[in-house]
Amino acid sequence: MANESLVIEDLTYGYGKHLPLALSALSATIRPGIVTGLVGPDGAGKTTLMRLMTALLLPSSGLLTVFGLDTCSNASQLHEIIGYMPQKFGLYEDLSVIQNLCLYADLRNVTTTDRRQVFARLLAFTGLESFQQRLAGRLSGGMKQKLGLACALIRKPRLLLLDEPSVGVDPVSRRELWRMVEELVDEETAVIWSTAYLDEAERCQDVLLLDEGRLIFSGPPQNLSERVADRCFQIQGISGNRRQVLARALQQQEVQDGIVQGQNIRIVLRAGHGQPALSVLDAGSEARLTPVVPRFEDAYIDTLGGGPGGTSLLAAAMTSLPRNRDVIVEAEGLTKRFGSFTAADDVSFTIRRGEIFGLLGPNGAGKSTTFKMMCGLLRPTSGTGRVVGLDLQKAPGKARSRLGYMAQKFSLYGDLSPRQNLDFFSGVYGLTGAHQKETVARMIDIFGLTPHLTNSAKDLPIGFKQRLALACSVMHEPAVLFLDEPTSGVDPLTRREFWTHINGLVEQGVTVLVTTHFMDEAEYCDRIGLIYRGRMIASGPPDELKTQTRSPQIPDPTLEEAFITLLQQWDAKHEEAP
Amino acid sequence: MSNRLRRMSALIRKEFAQIRHDPSSLMIAFVLPVILLFLYGFGVSLDAREIKIGVALQDQGKDADSLTAAFLASPYFQAHISRDEQLLEQELVAGRLRGLVVIPMDFSRQVEKDGASAVLQVIADGSEANTANYVQNYAQGVVNTWWAMRQRNHAVWDQHGAQLATRIWFNPELESRNSLIPGALAIIMAIIGTLLTALVVAREWERGTMEALMATPVAISELIIGKLLPYFILGMMAMLGSVAISVTLFDLPFRGSLPALLLSCGAFLLAALGQGLLISSASKNQFIAAMIALITGFLPAFLLSGFIFEIASMPPVIRALTHIIPARYLVTNLQTLFLVGDVWSLLLPNIGILLLLAAVLFFLTARKTVKRLR
Repeated sequence: MANESLVIEDLTYGYGKHLPLALSALSATIRPGIVTGLVGPDGAGKTTLMRLMTALLLPSSGLLTVFGLDTCSNASQLHEIIGYMPQKFGLYEDLSVIQNLCLYADLRNVTTTDRRQVFARLLAFTGLESFQQRLAGRLSGGMKQKLGLACALIRKPRLLLLDEPSVGVDPVSRRELWRMVEELVDEETAVIWSTAYLDEAERCQDVLLLDEGRLIFSGPPQNLSERVADRCFQIQGISGNRRQVLARALQQQEVQDGIVQGQNIRIVLRAGHGQPALSVLDAGSEARLTPVVPRFEDAYIDTLGGGPGGTSLLAAAMTSLPRNRDVIVEAEGLTKRFGSFTAADDVSFTIRRGEIFGLLGPNGAGKSTTFKMMCGLLRPTSGTGRVVGLDLQKAPGKARSRLGYMAQKFSLYGDLSPRQNLDFFSGVYGLTGAHQKETVARMIDIFGLTPHLTNSAKDLPIGFKQRLALACSVMHEPAVLFLDEPTSGVDPLTRREFWTHINGLVEQGVTVLVTTHFMDEAEYCDRIGLIYRGRMIASGPPDELKTQTRSPQIPDPTLEEAFITLLQQWDAKHEEAP
Repeated sequence: MSNRLRRMSALIRKEFAQIRHDPSSLMIAFVLPVILLFLYGFGVSLDAREIKIGVALQDQGKDADSLTAAFLASPYFQAHISRDEQLLEQELVAGRLRGLVVIPMDFSRQVEKDGASAVLQVIADGSEANTANYVQNYAQGVVNTWWAMRQRNHAVWDQHGAQLATRIWFNPELESRNSLIPGALAIIMAIIGTLLTALVVAREWERGTMEALMATPVAISELIIGKLLPYFILGMMAMLGSVAISVTLFDLPFRGSLPALLLSCGAFLLAALGQGLLISSASKNQFIAAMIALITGFLPAFLLSGFIFEIASMPPVIRALTHIIPARYLVTNLQTLFLVGDVWSLLLPNIGILLLLAAVLFFLTARKTVKRLR
């Protein structure tokens, strides 16, 4: 059929006999002229499906045709008409921008005569004109992603495949990429965009939603969102502690799912149930339920049967810390220079006990540098970082024994079992004897690790890896938790469970410093510090940042819009007076 | 230009651009050879010169004195003379001496009476077997020479028959450097051909660029040639540079011809590259690829090529194994080319075997590599 650019019939793929199927019995069609989202958490089978579409893998069974070309028998013809941007963008980092473009032009048989025109168009399109001689490895994440796209577009493809193009890319670059791809789409081209961000699904005209290798929804995203129409509300005007209100709300029979959104709480009601009584939630006299527009994520969680409950067994098992408002974490004029480059410039902030402080900022802005200085992993050029009153330079060991750290990537021992990891990390943090045994047993119990105890940690499902990582960082009951992009790549259910624990711990008096790219996650923070070009350019509660950036064009900005506006304002101010 | 040619030349140009930008490739190709050459040229020597031995002189006769003088005059020994055998034995135990020659009390008398029945004792330190051999053989040599001289001085021709007249061909000074450096050249090319190739392909897998390449119209044969040719050229350049250094700086003779050299090295490089490609098609991880390359490429080239350890003296199983080690054939050819000349009857069969090994490796690689991820 002319109207179908890609047909998938009963597609199954497995990586090995003893492993669960990566894709099972998938059937779908993909139309040209639109952006189709391939959505799902890590390990759902997105990349496998992409590779099957590029004929880099062949189906175990079933059929996959692209514009009538069977991937099994017509791979070489298929490679003439597709543009593929794999994860990590497929760029040669030790070659310059123009060398990368030339290579892909030659590989795609673009002759020298056409080339000047093509390059000029692509460089203008991606805004890379002035960086032609720069090595690809020296580009920022956002620019790499644009160059990757340009390389995939050298010869206008009929099928453009983008594998998680927005991973690790800040909201500003993410928007530009969307704008560029939307410009490209025309009657003949089909675009497939894979993503773990559910908010990106809403920008697609069609969505394939994958979960553990199965297709759980296909069609326009609104069709899914409609399922929860009239069931999405915000509890506004909360005067009590909103984390406790959320915990109580999630215990109500009527509530299917709930998350923190700044000062408010967003809930999704169970189908066929009425509204919960606000008095039970103890949210204060001003509290009210306001209907809100359903989001794709609301419907996704609803389809999976709702989120986890609101109580954290982990927090319940922890000794509570004294209830006061002491300053627990303090950064004072932190500066880090690498040669002539200033990665962090005079960054200062304080976090009080029981507060969640979020560090946000585009890639390369200095977030990670600041974070590493606060963990004592990087020595500041000047300034000091203090944790529980201890200077990280003078008493790093003592300071670190009071903090729990969860790294961005999976940083446990993949070849050890979960129990061995727990034993090891509890030992490293100085737990011994009966106390150590009890703690490890408690963690196994709380995080439901019993069925996976003998597997290697690297083979655990992503949700369990996440749980194990959290368990390893809290066994010594730290007063402070440092979380570096703790839930990137994790599915929304696991993210909710994670934040239930964090909220619970904070209620026990734990102080949290978190870096993130997810605006959802940023909404959980009490305060946010926005880092840009090495400086902290704004800080305050999420709602305050939103109010601050209200404008006639955007009267009610989301946190992402606020974030982008603040960056633009800063750029505008500093371009006028350089 | 046809599409196929354009794609191939693009891949080759890309590879050279990467080599230029990547200090580690340049180090392996151009700095490492120089270091290795200097190491083998100046540092390592298998020749034993001035081995420290003790001579326990218990006899005071004329013959004993002249024999002692012969030991003192030998360039192979640095002899310490003492009347106290026990003292020398202690020195030997302490490792300060490598051997001990005992000239017994009635030595001169025995020699005078009947030369053949005179007995000397030679003690060698067996903890260093190689040196012990030298001590034994050189001591024998010194005694033989001394005996011959004595007979001549007494104007009596040896009654015991013919005398040996030794002549060493090709490397008359027995300079071990002259046979070590050709071996070092083989090592250098094994590193470039196998290790570097295995690493750069694995790197493409790790960085995800291979996946992007495979989704383009490029054919798998073009990918392979695009990797092969640049490293072939790099290896040949490193080889020519090393030969130039060996001849000019280390005064090695080069008695063969350039075509014979290019042919031998080219055939070897093909085999080494084939091995590198095969490794990288089996492992997509740089670390593992490097390990396999070291164990299957570098170490055999070092240990089993006859470069340091004589193949003829290996146990039969190991000796059989050396037949599939490409470096073995190159070492022989290079030693021949440097020290003897174009002995085609020796060079050609070796080149043939190398080409055969290369063909087998390429066949295996081609069978294993398809334009897919697994």
